[in-house]
Amino acid sequence: MEAVRTNELGLRRDEWLERMKLFGLGSPAILLILVILVIPVGWLFYVSFIGADGTFSLENYERMLKRKSYARIFQTTFEVSFLTTGLCILIGYPLAYFIAGLPNRIANLCLITVLLPFWTSLLVRTYAWLVLLQKRGLVNEWAISLGLWDEPIKIVHNMTGTLIGMVHIMLPFLILPVYGAMKAIDRDLMKAASNLGASPRRAFWTVFFPLTLPGLFAGSLMVFILCLGFFVTPAVLGGGKVIMVSMKIVSNIELFVNWGAASALGVVLLVSTMVILWIASRFLNLEKMTGGGH
Amino acid sequence: MLRWFQSPATETQITHGQRLWLYVIAVITMVLLVTPTLIVVPMSFSDSQYLEFPPETWSTRWYDHYFGSPEWMLATRTSFKAAFLTMLVATPIGVLAAYGLHCSKIRFVRAAFVLMITPMMVPVVLVAIGAFYAYVQLQILYTITGLVLAHTVLALPLVVIVTGSALKSFDMSQEEAARSLGAPRWKAFLTVTLPQIRFAVVTSALLSFLTSFDEVVVAMFVSGGDNPTLTRNMFNALRDQIDPTIASISTIMILVTTGMMVLAQLFGQQKKSTKPSE
Repeated sequence: MEAVRTNELGLRRDEWLERMKLFGLGSPAILLILVILVIPVGWLFYVSFIGADGTFSLENYERMLKRKSYARIFQTTFEVSFLTTGLCILIGYPLAYFIAGLPNRIANLCLITVLLPFWTSLLVRTYAWLVLLQKRGLVNEWAISLGLWDEPIKIVHNMTGTLIGMVHIMLPFLILPVYGAMKAIDRDLMKAASNLGASPRRAFWTVFFPLTLPGLFAGSLMVFILCLGFFVTPAVLGGGKVIMVSMKIVSNIELFVNWGAASALGVVLLVSTMVILWIASRFLNLEKMTGGGH
Repeated sequence: MLRWFQSPATETQITHGQRLWLYVIAVITMVLLVTPTLIVVPMSFSDSQYLEFPPETWSTRWYDHYFGSPEWMLATRTSFKAAFLTMLVATPIGVLAAYGLHCSKIRFVRAAFVLMITPMMVPVVLVAIGAFYAYVQLQILYTITGLVLAHTVLALPLVVIVTGSALKSFDMSQEEAARSLGAPRWKAFLTVTLPQIRFAVVTSALLSFLTSFDEVVVAMFVSGGDNPTLTRNMFNALRDQIDPTIASISTIMILVTTGMMVLAQLFGQQKKSTKPSE
């Protein structure tokens, strides 16, 4: 009896050791992320609470509250993020719906049009829009020859240009999850709905659309979060007129070498991202639970 | 044709004619998704400073300028070197981590997984200035080592997610069978598990390469001096003016990315076609 027990204990210890060893396989990755990401970002947290005189102070955060320029930066950031997400939904949802209804072979071809820009470097796509939208660019040239407007107008180095570029870059992030949700829907449900007398519109809005909501939600969240921290596209296409949080962080360091101010902005950006993700994850889990309960 | 308009398009019997608007919007969107990127390719062969389309006179002067410039060549070499090394570092580390987390079912696994995908959730600007600060302390600023380490951190979440999901759909009892027949764990992994998740591993490797190759913001801060990346130089050039040389570089970058993705597809298809004979 005693022997069995020690044997069992030994086995359990072996199992635990084995599991720890396996977990240890992740240690190079964990170590790297700690050294390159977590510790430096933790240091930024610390620096954000250090004032110009080197002691603990909240001045970096107070500055954000007091100065109007900071309020405007946050306003612009949220404005750009909301508008981009909204436009992506308006443009992306119909396209996802269209592709989801096609036979597989053609759908795969159409998906390439979504994936091709997804693969292409962000900088290349931003540059392409810069070239197309400039005063002597193709868009102005074609619009004038079509008679849409008479003089070359300014569509880049401002909000319009930024939004065009951002929507183009974010669209695949919205379309792919929505498409995934749509493909998972049992189309017989739609048949049943119309069999029971629902008009096509009613069947869509009461049966199909609610089932795509988790995908739509995940995609929109992704787009919104990415937009909040976006740098390259607004920096190039905004022409200095659209200043988002990440751009202010960069200029605080590159131009003013003000780590305190940059860190405080970074902390606010990071915390708002995390809060949104946290709220969303609760909401998403709920969604899954209610979906699983049916 | 008319009959097609009146024929039902979906299960709800809505006709093609009634939802013609959807087709129009979808086609316009698809065109808008693809053309802006692709139009750069013919434009890069334009002789004009203003990159006309279609080019009135064709020339390779922007390519000559690119290949003749020592700065651009240095940046190109740095980018390829960094991307290649990132792939070599991130793939094994990430695959090991994904495998370890998948098999070890201790309590910290969830926390470790969250930690491994944080680089995806933290705004990249923060990663950049954090790494910049750390590298000044570690004295590896403007080195390939520093650049590769930072890019590896950015690539790790992709490797862990892609490989991890492949492991989830892999039947681990195959590996257990190999081990009960006497193979040590590492051998069972290399000869049984790895060959079956190889498509995910190759995809991870290609994604790591592209993550580094296309990355701008971190490279802006931690690359420079003797090791500036292509994207860093491109971004700086874009801030000043529209340099047509960028069009030729963009074309080359599109070629590299598309090449990578075609490779991934070919590898995937090979897997599918060989499967029945296996």
